[in-house]
Amino acid sequence: MRSRAILLYALLLGVAALTLVPLLWMVAASFMSPGEATTLPLRLVPRHPTFENYLHLFTRLDLARNFANSVLITVLATCGSVVVNTMAGYAFGKLIFPGRDRLFRALTLALLVPAQVGMLPLFLLLRELGLVNTYMGALIPYMASVFGIFLIRQYALSLPGDLLDAARVDGASEFRVFWWIVVPTIKPIMVTLATFTFLSAWNDFMWPLIILTDSDKHTLPLALANLSGEHVLDTELMMAGSMLTVLPALLVFLAFQRSYMRGITAGSVKG
Amino acid sequence: MLFGAGALGCVGGGSEETTVVRFWAMGREGEVVEELLEEFERQHPRIRVDVQQLPWSAAHEKLLTAFVGRSTPDLAQLGNTWVSEFAALEALEPLDEWIEGALEPESYFAGIWDTNVIDDVLFGIPWYVDTRMLFYRKDLLAQAGHATMPGSWPGWRQAMEDVKEIQGPDRYAILLPVNEWTQAVILGLQAGSGLLADNNTRGAFAEPPFRRALQFYVDLFRAGLAPPVSNNEVANLYQEFARGYFAMYITGPWNLGEFERRLPASMADQWGVAPLPGPNGRSDGVSLAGGASLVMFRSSEHKAAAWEVVRFLSAPKQQVRFFELMGNLPARREAWQDSSLTRDSRVAAFADQLDRVVATPKIPEWELIATRVQEHVEHALRGTTPVDSVLVRLDAEVSKLLEKRRWLLARSQADAGRP
Amino acid sequence: MSLEREQAKAARWFLTPALLLIGMFFFLPVVAGLLLSFTDFDIYAVASPDRVRFVGWRNYADLLESDTFWSAVRNTLYFVLVGAPLSVLVSLATALLVNTPGVKLQGLFRTIYFAPVVTPLVAVAIVWRYLYHPRYGLLNHWMEAVGIDAIDWLGDPRWSMPAIILLAVWKNFGYNMIIFVAGLQAIPRELYEAASVDGAGPWWRFRYITAPSLGPAFLFVGITTMVGFFQLFAEPYVMTQGGPLGSTRSLLLLMYEEGFRWWRLGVASTVAVLLFGFTLAGTLLQLRFSRGR
Repeated sequence: MRSRAILLYALLLGVAALTLVPLLWMVAASFMSPGEATTLPLRLVPRHPTFENYLHLFTRLDLARNFANSVLITVLATCGSVVVNTMAGYAFGKLIFPGRDRLFRALTLALLVPAQVGMLPLFLLLRELGLVNTYMGALIPYMASVFGIFLIRQYALSLPGDLLDAARVDGASEFRVFWWIVVPTIKPIMVTLATFTFLSAWNDFMWPLIILTDSDKHTLPLALANLSGEHVLDTELMMAGSMLTVLPALLVFLAFQRSYMRGITAGSVKG
Repeated sequence: MLFGAGALGCVGGGSEETTVVRFWAMGREGEVVEELLEEFERQHPRIRVDVQQLPWSAAHEKLLTAFVGRSTPDLAQLGNTWVSEFAALEALEPLDEWIEGALEPESYFAGIWDTNVIDDVLFGIPWYVDTRMLFYRKDLLAQAGHATMPGSWPGWRQAMEDVKEIQGPDRYAILLPVNEWTQAVILGLQAGSGLLADNNTRGAFAEPPFRRALQFYVDLFRAGLAPPVSNNEVANLYQEFARGYFAMYITGPWNLGEFERRLPASMADQWGVAPLPGPNGRSDGVSLAGGASLVMFRSSEHKAAAWEVVRFLSAPKQQVRFFELMGNLPARREAWQDSSLTRDSRVAAFADQLDRVVATPKIPEWELIATRVQEHVEHALRGTTPVDSVLVRLDAEVSKLLEKRRWLLARSQADAGRP
Repeated sequence: MSLEREQAKAARWFLTPALLLIGMFFFLPVVAGLLLSFTDFDIYAVASPDRVRFVGWRNYADLLESDTFWSAVRNTLYFVLVGAPLSVLVSLATALLVNTPGVKLQGLFRTIYFAPVVTPLVAVAIVWRYLYHPRYGLLNHWMEAVGIDAIDWLGDPRWSMPAIILLAVWKNFGYNMIIFVAGLQAIPRELYEAASVDGAGPWWRFRYITAPSLGPAFLFVGITTMVGFFQLFAEPYVMTQGGPLGSTRSLLLLMYEEGFRWWRLGVASTVAVLLFGFTLAGTLLQLRFSRGR
């Protein structure tokens, strides 16, 4: 029994090490001085840890601007998505209106279609609206999502109808019911939705790559990809840039871990 | 002249506000040009140049996307093979009136200048030039019994065989990376192929001139004079050149500095740069008219200010500084008189080749066609398919790519013919 | 009754923003993309709209006889058929591992395994590009330490796709692991206890209790992972630009190149529609397979 436990923990730790090595190496290399990561024999720990690379990113390469762009787009997308999808998800879950289920089924069809099919026309459409190379254009695709509506609806379904009806009989308008009863009750799933949107907007690459043409407006992943073309040889600098991009995502995940995981399983169980 | 003066007036007088010129430059040029422009901004306190750096690998798509999205900058660096594409889209400002009294076409290499002229209209000002030449190991060539690089194909081929003779089985005479289209296209141009025919509406690759060139090229591989490898498969180009894995390499001026820096000190005098051999001799040993141009966009609202930047960067003094900072060869002939260029015989050799440069077809589809040429030629090199059938297939595909162009031309002719 | 009318009115307000956004920025472009695939919409047409023609099935016919397209199909299928099952297997194995009764710090291990999922793909693709470096990469370094010859992971057409698959598995296995863990925790303990009393071994327990109970989770994971793997793009874009020798050019990368590099929107839309076709076929196949059992 002892040996079985040892084997078990050895496996657990082994997988953990494999998972973390790339990230830990990124952290270590980001603190090395230029050239140190590409010197044989390889070092895994910086000889003299330095902030030089981070300084370089902020002073010479102006990554702070890209960081701010990412934060702006991500936060706006998250707020928009929570408002829009919560309202729609609640309506599909709890309000009675003609054609509700048919409409919802039609909407779920969208889950089958990869967004890329519409990406080129979407670009042309946004061009006509004057939204190419604007923050607005960058965040439009995250605002309403079928997945988000689905997530909220599943949760809203479990709201006790009596509670809502009681409020209605007391003369509360539908908006009051929504704001004072529904929102406080479904808050946990709203947090889940917010975390999902935040992370997908923060991490997204293809859409901002297409829609944002000015490097002043680029998000962090775009700036990083651009840098990697020109600074292939500056390993340490690139690692500092990667670190800067990874860290906020990891922190948000750690802070809202429970909500995030709930979203994954909620999506799968009824999927 | 009037035009230029008026433009200057706009910048000088009028409002007190600073004009911001958005300037897109590629790769390292983007970094270095900021250094050059510090002086410009001192001279022009009312103009601020906002330089944005595009990575070379994504530059073409970024520029096109910006055009489609109506967010092009005021000024940009454009690979000179791209000028026709953006001209066809009517994205670029015609420059004929702007250069009057400011710049003389005669002070540029004719072949390079020509790449910027599309249907008799000037759309770009050459910024720096590049072309391909033959970099080679002098010592290996001498050992093989050749004091200088021969100037004709037969002589060149003989030299390669002699070098291979002393090299042995695992080393080669020349490196011609199979993932590049340039070598095959250069040989084709040398053999007199126009690459495309009938007003650039169909491929001319299966016709005798290009066929002859490709046969010559493919035979180098089949005879074991060149290894069938891509750039990626050569781990460290400079190391391999120093080791003698290959003795010749067709490449451009950017490698002058790299070779100097990266080759071991013992190699410093062992390598040289020769003009490309031609089918019958040096005189038809043409090379590609490459480089980058500065263009202004039609949609720009700051053309006068942008033009000032173009003028500034075209001044011989700035061209020399640009060369000193990153080794880009000046487009202006005057700059070539400067001692920093004349003292290096390898650099000076480029001036000679630049008098024999030819442009690739000046149509928007060329970039795409070039990628197809590379793919098909690679097929021929790696496989055993006869050159003829590869070229017939290439022509068929190119013809498909040019179908739209044929339709557009036919339509505009029909329009013109209508009363 | 008036309450219901009231609700219908409110529903309209609640739904309008979402439906408008999804309709305008999702369904409309998708339909337009479908239409675009039957035209020769290209850069000429962008400059002046009267230069676009309806070409019927020509884009489809051209693609189906293009080597580049089929090589992108092969690369994508390679990635999907090898990468997705591998990723699911690793997810299942790690789920079983962390869910073993009596494991301490279960939460911590789960968080660690999950961490790569939330990292931005571009950033980790860049990190892995260095890990794969033929000379200075950790991977080759360790392989050489145990006597395996160094591999030029991203430069050798035979290894570039395996390298990208490895990265994708590392990045994604945590997601499905969470789903499997949830599935495992929903299995009643008593089933295992009863089986143990009957003297059933671990394999028997997995085969006859665990696997069947995870059935629905398997189907969900199978389909979503496959759909996700069909959308391979950022990894090759950042790490190899589709090379060497086009060995990592996926269908989505081909669509991007045709669409945004050459602005041949008709052709690019055709690639997108065909990619959708492949995805749909794969989904239906999995549904059929799961029903058949």
